[in-house]
Parts: sequence; C-alpha cells; structure tokens
Amino acid sequence: MADSRSLYEQVILDHNKKPRNFGKIENADAEIEGFNPLCGDHFTIYVKMEGDRIREVAFDGAGCAISKSSASIMTTTLKGKTIEEAKKIFEAFHQMVTSAPDAEFDADALGKLQVFSGVREYPVRIKCATLAWHALVAALEGQTEEPVTTE
Amino acid sequence: MAVDTLEQAESSTLSLDVEAVRRDFPILSRTVHGKPIVYLDNAATSQTPIPVIDTIRRYYLEENSNVHRGVHFLSQVATEKYEAARRRIATFLNSPVGCEVIFTRGTTDGINLVAQTYGRQHVGAGDEVLVSHLEHHSNIVPWQMLCEEKGARLRVIPINDRGEIIMESLDGLLTGKTKILALAHVSNALGTVNPVKEIIARAHERDIPVLLDGAQSAPHMPIDLKDLGADFFACSGHKMYGPTGIGILHGRAKVLNAMPPYQGGGDMIMSVSFEKTTFNSLPYKFEAGTPNIEGVIALGAAVDYLEHLGMDNIAAHERDLVAYATEALREVKGLTIIGTAKAKAGVISFVMESAHPHDIGQILDDEGVAIRVGHHCAQPVMARFGIPATARASFAAYNTRDEIDALVRALHKVNEVFG
Ligand SMILES: Cc1ncc(COP(=O)(O)O)c(C=O)c1O
Repeated sequence: MADSRSLYEQVILDHNKKPRNFGKIENADAEIEGFNPLCGDHFTIYVKMEGDRIREVAFDGAGCAISKSSASIMTTTLKGKTIEEAKKIFEAFHQMVTSAPDAEFDADALGKLQVFSGVREYPVRIKCATLAWHALVAALEGQTEEPVTTE
Repeated sequence: MAVDTLEQAESSTLSLDVEAVRRDFPILSRTVHGKPIVYLDNAATSQTPIPVIDTIRRYYLEENSNVHRGVHFLSQVATEKYEAARRRIATFLNSPVGCEVIFTRGTTDGINLVAQTYGRQHVGAGDEVLVSHLEHHSNIVPWQMLCEEKGARLRVIPINDRGEIIMESLDGLLTGKTKILALAHVSNALGTVNPVKEIIARAHERDIPVLLDGAQSAPHMPIDLKDLGADFFACSGHKMYGPTGIGILHGRAKVLNAMPPYQGGGDMIMSVSFEKTTFNSLPYKFEAGTPNIEGVIALGAAVDYLEHLGMDNIAAHERDLVAYATEALREVKGLTIIGTAKAKAGVISFVMESAHPHDIGQILDDEGVAIRVGHHCAQPVMARFGIPATARASFAAYNTRDEIDALVRALHKVNEVFG
C-alpha cells in the first residue's frame, strides 16, 4: 500500500520549509532556469566556480515540496565538488529515483540524497526530484541559453 | 456567498436519491490505499453507471457489426441503435429544427473540426478569432494554429478577479473583423458559468457565429440549444457518464452543408471515382470511416441516464455541494479558493499556503480522495491569477456532503504534514 509518508521524509519536509542556499548569487558564473510546465515548478540555479570546482551554488523560485527540497539538498551536497564529482553524484541520484522500488542503490555515493528513494514509488514525481539537477548539469556543461524543461 | 444559501440548496436536492445513484456506479464502492474512494475529479472524467456498462456489454454480446453498410441483420441492428442514439442526443440538447448532431472523438475533436473547416473557409489575413481568458487549451490552440496559418489575430475577452467575463469589454472585441467567437459555457479550471445566452445574442447582432465549448456544461445542467442559439456546440462523452473517445458536435445544417469536409474516407462519400467524389449528406459528411459505434450507443445510454436523474436535479444537487464545500473549506487554514464567480458550477479550485497543489494531491490520494492538481489545461487562467497551479475538486450527481467532509479532513492532514 502506498503511503506518501515514505515520500515525504522528515529531511524533505525540513528542506521544503527552510530551503538552504535559497537566493540569488550575484555575479554567478552560470545561471540557468529549470521549468516543469506540467506543474509549474520554476527554479533558477546559480553557480560560482573556482577552476573546475563548484565554489557556491544556490537557487530560487517555487515548486512542490519534492522539487524544492531536492534543489536545496542538491546545493548542500555539491558545494565544493568538482564538475566530474557532481556529474557522478547526479548519475547515481538519477539512477536511484528512476529504478524499481526494490532495486539497490549506491548508498555511499548518495549520502543524504537517499531520502529521495521514496520517489521510486511515485513515477510522476521523478521529474520533480530531478528538475534542479537537470538544470544544474546543463549549467555545468555551459548550456545556459535555453531554460531546461522537463517536457 | 457565491451560490444559493445552504437551506435553499438543501430543499432543492430532495428529488435526487444520492444513495440510489451511488449504487449505479460500482466503482464508487472500491477502496484506494485501503480507504473508500472519494472521487472528486469529475471535471476530468466522470464515472460510468451500470446501464452504460451494460449497454457496451450487450453491444459486443449481441449487436456488434458495422453501420450503414450491411444488409444483414446485425448491421441493421447496429445502425438502428447508432441512429437512435443520435436522435436521443438531439432531444437531450433540445436541438432546434434544421440542426445536426455529428459524432466526434470528443470536445477537442469537435473544436478542431470547426477550426479546420469553417475556420479555414472563413478566416483570412487580418481577420480575428475571439476566445475568452477562461478557455481550456483545446479551445485556444486550434484557433491559434488557424490564425497562424491565415495571418489572422487571436483576441481574448478578459476576466475579472472573480473569474468572470468582463461584459463591458465585448463591444470593443466583437468587431467587423471577428469571424468567430469560441467560448466555454462553463470553465473547467474555475467553475464559472458564463452568461452565454447574452454573449451569443450580442455576437449575433453583429452576425458573428459562436462556438460553445460545452464540455463542462452538458453533464451538469439542462442544455437548451434552441434557447441558446449557439451555432456550434461541442461536448465529450467521458465527462457525462459515457465512455471515452466519443463526443458530440452540434451545428446548423445550413452552415455544415456549406463547410468543406474535415476528413476524407468511407461513410462520408456518396460516390467516388478517380475523377470526382461526391460527398455524403449530413451528418455523414463529417463522420469519415467506421465510427465509434459502441461509444455512440453507450453515449445514448448515458444521456438516457442523465435524463433519468433529471438535469435540473443534478444541477441543484451540485449547487448544494458547491455551497457546502465553499463553506466547509473556510475551516482549512491558509486555503484560498480561486474563482469566486457569482454563477458557478460544480468545480472548486484552490491553493494553500502550506503546500503546493502537487503535494496536496499526493496527501489526499493517501486518504483515497481523488482530485486534480496542476494547470487544468488552462495555463492562461493560472497566469491571470499569478499562480502556477491549483488543486481542484469537481463534483457529480453521486457525490455527497460526507465526501466533502472527507476532503476537508484530508486537507487538515496536508496542513499537519506541511504546516
Ligand atoms: C472546458 C473544456 N473544454 C474542452 C475539454 C477537452 O475535452 P476532451 O479532452 O474530452 O476533448 C475539456 C476537458 O478537459 C474541458 O474541460
């Protein structure tokens, strides 16, 4: 029986209420919008780099609890990581949320991001969980002209 | 308050025995996540009563055959049932003399038919097509595509903060350039009932034809097309206790006859040679190919069912539910109703301070309460109110005040989780 308490972990509710790194970074090296037209989630991600390392990452905008907390936890996870490390973490994260509910995942690589494993029971929420990530990866790859959309 | 007082509404619902109605819809007795289902997503798709399910079953057990083609027994039975459904639907809509019922796949298909035939014939460069700010995407996009193709302009009747059409703006928008007005009878996103009779009359004073999108009106109130005078009326079977994939387009024979066909194929022709094809007469000219026979016959049964309940009774019952829900939702902390028109049908859209509509819908689902969340295919309405999405509860004849209480309890849970 599905019960969305498995989706809305306490950590998720906490980040939804008090998002970390929430706000604009002035003079960001990259700035990109992520947009989910289906539910209207809309975020801007800001990144400041130091060489190939993410020195600062922040976001603003609005969306559901899953998309907002995912953006928030993403920023706390990726601060100080290299582009390569960030992409690896995203891969592990993406793989986890799109896998079958009983599939194993790389707990070590994911750390706190494991709280999103409940998303696997709710396929329509995968886009919510990955929206900010898709936008950030596009920003890291220098694709900041067009907003990233989930559709 | 936006609707009748509760006492008035209560006294008018006595003629609908809701418990009996509920027994006609077996799906309502199932559970979801271990809870009794509370189905409040009727504006998206309504549930199907036993008489309609039985009609489909009987069709495949005893009547299945192609229509208008065979001399054999089954084909004649299928054809007779198919055409009988058409006559019943015409009566249901109080179709005036000289009008035709055409079967489509649904409202969207009906609107596209008109845009692609009447529209392409009459709309040219510099002309205007008029819609309202309340429209469903299916009454915007076909016209936008047409305008793009023809170099015409899509114009929009504005709405006020209650979600009502601003009638004063009509004079400036119904002009010599306006070739057609396409308008929702009832808004699916807000529930607003538009004063369509007056608007149609105003358009007709200037010889502007009107297409009414009846997707949200046909299931919920008596439709009198003789009285309304709409040139085209489109609706969908799956919102009126019928099956999916079937809908109605109603129009005047004179206009329909002058329109080019929509699609070519079998059934829509009188004779075909490689040199020339003569098109069939109405309504067949617009029903190319083997139609959704099962769907038409079942829609006939759905219309019988609606009439058996009585459209006035359904409207009164749903008015009561809207009045009751509007009151009950006040109890929920941080909840704001979007769309507070004076005339409102069985739809309540709302937002909450504590939670995004997506999260509201998720928590409600745990409780077995089915609502729709999102933009409801009406992004311009969302933009008008400066919100990305709403949560929407929409009612049907089988919904009860108890179910609204269940909705309210579930919304308190939303506040517990996210507050
Ligand atoms: C007002 C309105 N118009 C048009 C439609 C489209 O109907 P359908 O999807 O059945 O073609 C809907 C259904 O959502 C609607 O509510």
